[in-house]
Amino acid sequence: MDYGLKEDINFMNRIEKKFLELRKKRKRAFITYITAGYPSLKMTEDIVLALESAGVDIVELGVPFSDPMADGLTIQKSSEKALERGANLTGILKRVKSIRSKSDIPIVLMSYLNPVYHYGMDKFVKDAVSCGVDGVIFPDLPPDEAEDIVRYSNNMKFSVIFLASPTSTVERLKIIAKRSQGFIYYVSLTGVTGARKVLPADIAAHIKKIKEFTAKPVCVGFGVSNAVQQREINSIADGVIVGSAVVDFIRKNETRKDLGQRVGGFIKRRFDLT
Amino acid sequence: MIPNRKGYFGKFGGRFVPETLMSALQYLEKEYMSAKKEKSFRKEMEYYLKEYAGRPTPLFYARNLTKRFGGAKIYLKREDLLHTGAHKINNTIGQLLLALRMKKYRIIAETGAGQHGVATATAAALFGCKCSVYMGEEDIRRQAINVFRMRLLGAQVIPVSSGSKTLKDAINETLRDWVTNINTTHYVLGSVVGPHPYPMMVRDFQSVIGREARRQIIDVEGKLPRCLIACVGGGSNSIGLFYPFYKDKVSFIGVEAGGLGLSSGSHAASLLKGKIGILHGSKSAVLQDNDGQIETTHSVSAGLDYPGVGPEHTYYMNTKRAEYVAVNDREALSGFKMLSEMEGIIPALEPAHAIYYASKIAPKLSKKDSIIVCLSGRGDKDIDIVKEYFKF
Repeated sequence: MDYGLKEDINFMNRIEKKFLELRKKRKRAFITYITAGYPSLKMTEDIVLALESAGVDIVELGVPFSDPMADGLTIQKSSEKALERGANLTGILKRVKSIRSKSDIPIVLMSYLNPVYHYGMDKFVKDAVSCGVDGVIFPDLPPDEAEDIVRYSNNMKFSVIFLASPTSTVERLKIIAKRSQGFIYYVSLTGVTGARKVLPADIAAHIKKIKEFTAKPVCVGFGVSNAVQQREINSIADGVIVGSAVVDFIRKNETRKDLGQRVGGFIKRRFDLT
Repeated sequence: MIPNRKGYFGKFGGRFVPETLMSALQYLEKEYMSAKKEKSFRKEMEYYLKEYAGRPTPLFYARNLTKRFGGAKIYLKREDLLHTGAHKINNTIGQLLLALRMKKYRIIAETGAGQHGVATATAAALFGCKCSVYMGEEDIRRQAINVFRMRLLGAQVIPVSSGSKTLKDAINETLRDWVTNINTTHYVLGSVVGPHPYPMMVRDFQSVIGREARRQIIDVEGKLPRCLIACVGGGSNSIGLFYPFYKDKVSFIGVEAGGLGLSSGSHAASLLKGKIGILHGSKSAVLQDNDGQIETTHSVSAGLDYPGVGPEHTYYMNTKRAEYVAVNDREALSGFKMLSEMEGIIPALEPAHAIYYASKIAPKLSKKDSIIVCLSGRGDKDIDIVKEYFKF
């Protein structure tokens, strides 16, 4: 059967293996975003390890950027703080390497294009892979402009994940479905990141449309902040991505020494992680 | 033909935005390309530019400046005489007509100095659209008169308190609004920056400056000028003046904001001191640090206080079609004073940069040559800043 994934397990990266495993168990993915370097890079490591123990399937590490135009206040503020405390791409890659000595959880970087462009796209893919990063998501890079990064990551165990949105036309959905690797990130709403009380009613219709073009997993992010929404989405998609709700919890517990454990506890209390 | 189909001027430009904006940008491009070919759209544009905005603007021979500095004759393209007091209205009329065509009746805009905000609020009032303008808190403080004007015109002015509280942060916030209200809202971007088709479209709307100036200078001088000088923030008045002379043997000089000096770190000279990067949807020269974070800028003129620049300028610099220089705050203020006292024209602080540079270059040229300086706006909005500076 075509899972939209590479068939030979030897050529799969951790993201692809994870989705294969989840599909066999008929389970949905729970993906968590945190801003790397907030409150510190050391804490980021603690949090990632705690998220893994709590049962999170994939971690997205946000690379902080000075001008996060797709983000709401929560992630804007966490990025600002992370930058003040000296977080940068080099430091984040190093930290992933350190996490890798203790954990096999799939890790995806989520970065605006400029910090990576400045680092050098080819160098970035090489260094990211060697540090144990499994893929990347750029909120400001549509597939139309992504030739370079796709070329550099060819034949590497590295997924370039593209986003689809409620405003994507059918032609665009086809291109996104074809080019996205690992999974397709469906943006639930027209807007910036941040917890919402109500999610749009048209998510199911859009996911159905995407599924017409691909068997790749489709996960839904933006606005998701509780188990009710999670269940709703899990009934139509392959998983959810939760960001601002977690970052907001981190902000409220910023100074706690056992922050990692607390974040793990929060995730378990707030969402279904079975 | 520049830009190419994907919105690239050579290696610069493109469309680096969240997926949510992509279909709106494609729609805007399609509507603009077909409107541009329609006689009725062009006629309507011309009508409003002439009867409402006050075009054509004069090309004034600055006799006193010329006499004082010797050398080439200095001509001023008087965009300051337009309705609302700056060149910005050339673009906002065009974009409002497009918004109506696309049936998008909510208008949003960013503004730095407030001139683009005022021009957008004005066009929105004229065409019966709702208008919200994002403006950095720092700019609200230093350009208070324009904030009041926008409110009088019925626009909502939304203060932006993130980052450096200036133009770049106002653009971020406007993009966030657009991503949220994409189905009902048109974003009237005010300069030749941002994702394709904005750099091309805004250039086309502003090219009326250069088309008129080219005709006018040939009328009075019987030949083309030796060079064109204009200030460059995002770069809309300069591209507007330069572009119609692109194929001519006329040199282009873009003047960036030198702030407290290029070595001080407090300036806004993106082309002279920046590196290629991606900001606000396009690939161009960007002031950024060693981690690719966007740097905060400084200029006495809010309209030039921006860490990026239009991709077409980066292309002109890269291909050596234009030369870029910097004029610092102190020099710009002396340009301001000079034009006020010698020609009876109070310029905005933005074109005061270009005036100052013209006074340096004119003496080096022959008396038979002429220079055109784009006087992109008038100085009323800057009175408080100047008052403080000269301790009047």
